Amino acid sequence: MALKQSTGKRIGVTVVAWVVAFLIFFPILWTFITSFKSELDAIAMPPKFLFFNWTLENYYEVQERSNYLKFAYNSIVLSIGANVVGLLIAVPAAWSMAFAPGKRTKDLLMWMLSTKMMPAVGALVPIYLIFRNLHLLDSLFGVGVVLMLINLPLLIWMLYTYFKEIPVDILEAARMDGASLLNEIVYVLTPMAVPGIASTMLLAVILSWNEAFWTLNLTTSNAAPLPAFIASYSAPEGFFWAKLSAASTLAIAPILILGWFSQKQLVRGLTFGAVK
Amino acid sequence: MATQQTTTAGRALVAPSVILLFVWMIVPLVMTLYFSTLRYSLLDPDNVSFVGLQNYTAFLTDPDFLTALYNTLVLVGSVLVISVVGGILVALLMDQPVFGQNILRLMVIAPFFVIPTVSALVWKNLLMNPDSGLFAWIARSLGFDPIVWFTNWPMLSVIIIVSWEWLPFASLILLTALQSLDEEQKEAASLDGAGPISYFGYIVLPHIARAITVVILIETIFLLSVFAEIYVTTSGGPGNATTNIPFLVYKQALLNFDIGGASAGGIIAVILANIVAFFLVRIIGRNLEG
Repeated sequence: MALKQSTGKRIGVTVVAWVVAFLIFFPILWTFITSFKSELDAIAMPPKFLFFNWTLENYYEVQERSNYLKFAYNSIVLSIGANVVGLLIAVPAAWSMAFAPGKRTKDLLMWMLSTKMMPAVGALVPIYLIFRNLHLLDSLFGVGVVLMLINLPLLIWMLYTYFKEIPVDILEAARMDGASLLNEIVYVLTPMAVPGIASTMLLAVILSWNEAFWTLNLTTSNAAPLPAFIASYSAPEGFFWAKLSAASTLAIAPILILGWFSQKQLVRGLTFGAVK
Repeated sequence: MATQQTTTAGRALVAPSVILLFVWMIVPLVMTLYFSTLRYSLLDPDNVSFVGLQNYTAFLTDPDFLTALYNTLVLVGSVLVISVVGGILVALLMDQPVFGQNILRLMVIAPFFVIPTVSALVWKNLLMNPDSGLFAWIARSLGFDPIVWFTNWPMLSVIIIVSWEWLPFASLILLTALQSLDEEQKEAASLDGAGPISYFGYIVLPHIARAITVVILIETIFLLSVFAEIYVTTSGGPGNATTNIPFLVYKQALLNFDIGGASAGGIIAVILANIVAFFLVRIIGRNLEG
């Protein structure tokens, strides 16, 4: 609001904004702090906010007792692998729909979008049974295929909206200058397409990393990624809050940082271009 | 531009995606439909028989199903109200020229990037635990008895956790929409002497109306499928208090091994989601024309 505001009002608004943001962020901050406490300090009453013996022991224990790195490895392989394969399939499709649209391109796009609306629970039973019969339960390949497929419509849509923004006129200019088709693709189109592809990949990785319906239902230990690993803390034995916090911090930190870089893409990707 | 040649090439490029998505959508759906007409238990897999619509009548007359349907609607409705109303307020606040705006925005959006199982367990144990959670300490400091969240207010607890995950999403989308409100309109409004309320009602709200609709529809699609948060906190309980349709189908299929019944539940979930999707697809499609 560009209404003239007094300094007092501005300070007031600033304070309110900071308090609200702090409250929303607080559970994450609290998890982070708790991860450095001993289990006794973690449940101390009154709570210890900053003045306690900071320790890294939980991080060692999480790795030692439950082999955290294995789950992190599964998460990385699944979220990157599934989406790289997804991109290989989605880029050509989005490319051709953006640059050589046919009569039915729009219908096709809408249909792809509608596949994303199908609730996972409607497919759970058959997928579970098929996977059981093919011995794909708890395999990286099996879960990877599912993660790839649930992101595919989103990949195509995001890429499509990015490719649409590449000005076609520039191709004609290049052609007038005598560029061959190959030169056109390598020197003109690719540099303009790469940022869009990178943004799409970023959002897709975040979504796969956090996916928790299929990963919980299709994996048990071998192929289990971090969401399933954290779920194993829901039936605890003994004191475990500090360790839960350490495991949680490790599980969300990388994606939180990626997420902060991808806010703009998030809006575009998750609203299928309806809000930019 | 669409010569014969480019059309053929275009089809070849699109085909893999179309085929994969078609298989991914149709095969499970047809199988679910088929299973839903069978008496089929994994405990007795050799004894499968066709029962027509019996699973549906059983499901629809089962009080557990009606509870799950009710719970689903309560969960979706409450989270929508909290996240959209809260989201509008937060977006308006973040749109102000305040000190450290960028950092504020990072803090507000952060919960959306947290793995659902992490959010749920952190809230349940670190914040809502009645003995040593932070909320219990706050309650005691103020002289109240701590709330035993997951025993006495199970659904409210789940609603709070899921709202925390989705409020940032609504805020971010609505903030993006707010920022495209042009300066001239703002100035014109202030010149006309519009107060904050009429400014919001006549200028801001119409401008972000479409973004609000999009937020509501997209959140509804995701909220109809809430699963992980329930799985790690209450397992649908106590009793059936927090069992929603996805969780009921999961219980029926993977815990009770009743494939027929679970499939009927899955089809009902698909129908529910499709009602919402119908409207969402139209709004996004309209945007595609522009």
